[in-house]
Amino acid sequence: MFAYYVRLAAISIRKNAVMSALMVCAVALGIGACMTFANITYLLAKDPIPAKSDVLYAVQLDSWSPDNPYRADGTPPPQLTYLDATALMQAQYADEPPALRQAAMSGTAFVVEPDSKDERPFDATGRATYGGFFAMFDVPFLFGQGWDAEADAGREQVAVLSRAVNERLFGGENSVGRNLRLSGSTYRVVGVLDNWKPLPKFYDLNGDAIGNPADIFVPFSLMAALELPRRGNTNCWKPLDGDGIEAFLASECIWIQFWAELPNEAEKLRYLAFLDNYAREQKRLGRFQRPLNNRVRDVNEWLDDRIEGTEPATMLLAVGAMFLAVCLLNTVGLLLAKFLGRAPEIGLRRALGASKRAVFCQYLVESGCIGMLGGAGGVAAAWFGLRGIEALFGDVIANLLVFDGAMVALAVVLAVACTLAAGLYPTWRACNVQPAAQLKA
Amino acid sequence: MKHSNWEIGPTLRAMMRNKIGAALIALQIAVTMTVVVNAASIIAERRAAMNRPSGLVEDELFHISVRGYTLNFNALAALQDDLAMLRQTPGVVNAVAVNAVPMSQSGWSMGLRTQPGPNQEASSAAVYMVDDHGLDTFGVELIAGRNFRAEDVRERVAGTSDWPPTAILSASMAAKLWPEDDPSQAVGRTVFINNDEPMTVIGIVATLQAPWPTATNVEDSMLVPDKLVSNGVRYLVRTEPGRRDELMPLVEEALAKSNRQRIVRSPESMVDTRASGYWLDAGLSTTLGVVMAALLLITSFGIVGLASFSVRQRTRQIGTRRALGAAKTDILRYFLVENFLISSAGVLLGVALTIACNVLLVQTLDAPKVGWQTTLLGMATLWLLGLLAVLGPALRASAVPPAVATRTV
Repeated sequence: MFAYYVRLAAISIRKNAVMSALMVCAVALGIGACMTFANITYLLAKDPIPAKSDVLYAVQLDSWSPDNPYRADGTPPPQLTYLDATALMQAQYADEPPALRQAAMSGTAFVVEPDSKDERPFDATGRATYGGFFAMFDVPFLFGQGWDAEADAGREQVAVLSRAVNERLFGGENSVGRNLRLSGSTYRVVGVLDNWKPLPKFYDLNGDAIGNPADIFVPFSLMAALELPRRGNTNCWKPLDGDGIEAFLASECIWIQFWAELPNEAEKLRYLAFLDNYAREQKRLGRFQRPLNNRVRDVNEWLDDRIEGTEPATMLLAVGAMFLAVCLLNTVGLLLAKFLGRAPEIGLRRALGASKRAVFCQYLVESGCIGMLGGAGGVAAAWFGLRGIEALFGDVIANLLVFDGAMVALAVVLAVACTLAAGLYPTWRACNVQPAAQLKA
Repeated sequence: MKHSNWEIGPTLRAMMRNKIGAALIALQIAVTMTVVVNAASIIAERRAAMNRPSGLVEDELFHISVRGYTLNFNALAALQDDLAMLRQTPGVVNAVAVNAVPMSQSGWSMGLRTQPGPNQEASSAAVYMVDDHGLDTFGVELIAGRNFRAEDVRERVAGTSDWPPTAILSASMAAKLWPEDDPSQAVGRTVFINNDEPMTVIGIVATLQAPWPTATNVEDSMLVPDKLVSNGVRYLVRTEPGRRDELMPLVEEALAKSNRQRIVRSPESMVDTRASGYWLDAGLSTTLGVVMAALLLITSFGIVGLASFSVRQRTRQIGTRRALGAAKTDILRYFLVENFLISSAGVLLGVALTIACNVLLVQTLDAPKVGWQTTLLGMATLWLLGLLAVLGPALRASAVPPAVATRTV
């Protein structure tokens, strides 16, 4: 029976080719627009580290000015001062460390000087952090591994390279143990990362939140020892006490991201108590003059609060949904006209003994067929839409948009579901056609 | 019998026989109008932001960064050599070392106060560190006071935290600090930086944008006479009109050759800096524009489809009316009036929906308020679109010959 209805639908679609094409186009454009914009929203809203997003916490201490809050809504600063970051890290070396893992970090930058004289030096992005970073964020290694706590404490000049930089400098070979000149100092390679690109780059949302992770990772203690440059945002509420790097490091300027791994709720509470204790100690020293306001937020809470630039994406998604709504209203109208235009035919079928149910099924199948065609068109429209978005937002979004089997399936299912829904009222009207009224004269 | 020439009564009664069909079109018009009007006002807002002047002679400017990387790199000597070389290059009007460039999205800002003390209200200002060549290189217009003199300029090494005793403010910054006075009156007054360090305002420039194009206080900026001595330096170069593109590679080459202990990054014209500073606005405007066009197209196709269908359905009735004496224009008018009535209902509903949607957008996404002009324009657009869409089918209807009435289908 189903096959017969499909055949009837095919005949009907061909008979009203222009109108059917209009409906298919409307569904296709609506689905295409929705899928395109949903893709961008998904990209920005997706969990960058699903396996651990509920045990990794961004740490926030309220070290801000006694005169006014960091933000009007009472949110503490998103970054830490050098004093606080290093003090919290120091606690990790105690017999009873406050967290399973902790890592302070900051963006930095290097000039890489290749060994061969023919190659010119080049810029590389850097991240200064603690050895715990790699295990905490499940960073995959191709060769070697991260550095240990001794390297952090001993300010050892060691480096972990991204896969791309290892390709460029060492032709992709295992470079562990080799030396490297960075901004005038020599470092020893201890590890090479495999491809790693958490999206968004949740651990540091300064600047480009969907950019690449750093090219080169080095111990955080080198920020002070070698006076590495800072890359990111620095905010100060209080003027520095004097000049030079020492004054900066002792200042109330915030510029360090800080993360902790806390495997369960009890650990989280214990860690919060640890932060509050630390803040009380600092209050006794005359710092932290604001009320206690320390927070830890897991990855998704952190992203909800901090990511900027999702607003245009949300807006586009809403526009896409309204676009689809218009397309469906269009389809309802056209289907209604089309089905009621066949009232005489329906009347005849009913008079010849077809049940309401049979008529209902027939027209529902026809709606479904239009939905299928619209879905196929929608996939094509989404493909073009995504290419268009890439052309417009090129550098930032290139190669990130997904166009896979799941998306194709989703587009078709959504198209069929929407068209069936749009076809319900016209179909109901069709199967309620009075045979007698149609057969007169 | 007395009836209006437009036969609105009979048209309405005929529409009531197909309430749902008419309601669907009206609803479609309403939603389309909502999206179109809101999108148009967002586009207008973004375009307005993109067209704000930076205050610079953008067409004649490019910037280029260099970074010395050797441990014994002499930053001050390199800076002096570079500036002398750049300013002597034929075709270069002027050049200056800067800490930041407008629209580049990275820079410094400091709080300025009219009274000293941490608990006084501060206004944030973007800081541009320049020497006495700064104003001429930027091409900004000095509207009061004077430029920096060579003796005002300090050398600022990394880690310096105090500020020079003089500053030049943008007019908007001066107006922010002293709202009741004309900006030019700010010359000679004192502002406090770092809570309580005084600086004397020696000049006011008309417009100088901050490096952050999306900031709300994008016009608030300050120039200070500090020559930044650091391993990484950015030069802003002003060329003679029309010679920018020819000079960019030459300057890059010259900087690379003159000192081998550093890397020289690719130069970028201010025109490109503007484009990348506004990429989100430009991309969003284009995307919304495409969506608007597609929506209008879909809606008009929908109207064409339904009208054609209704013409075909009523062919015999049309023929009968014609046979009973109706002129072609009567038939044409019938379909146009019908469409106008439906469009009007849709457009009126659209006004309500547009406002509701806009209130939501303003609250959640910080979108601009839709103006009544945009709303009126949206209404007119959809009315016109509806009439144009129905014109084809209506003309076909009016061409139905009276003889049709006598035929059986």
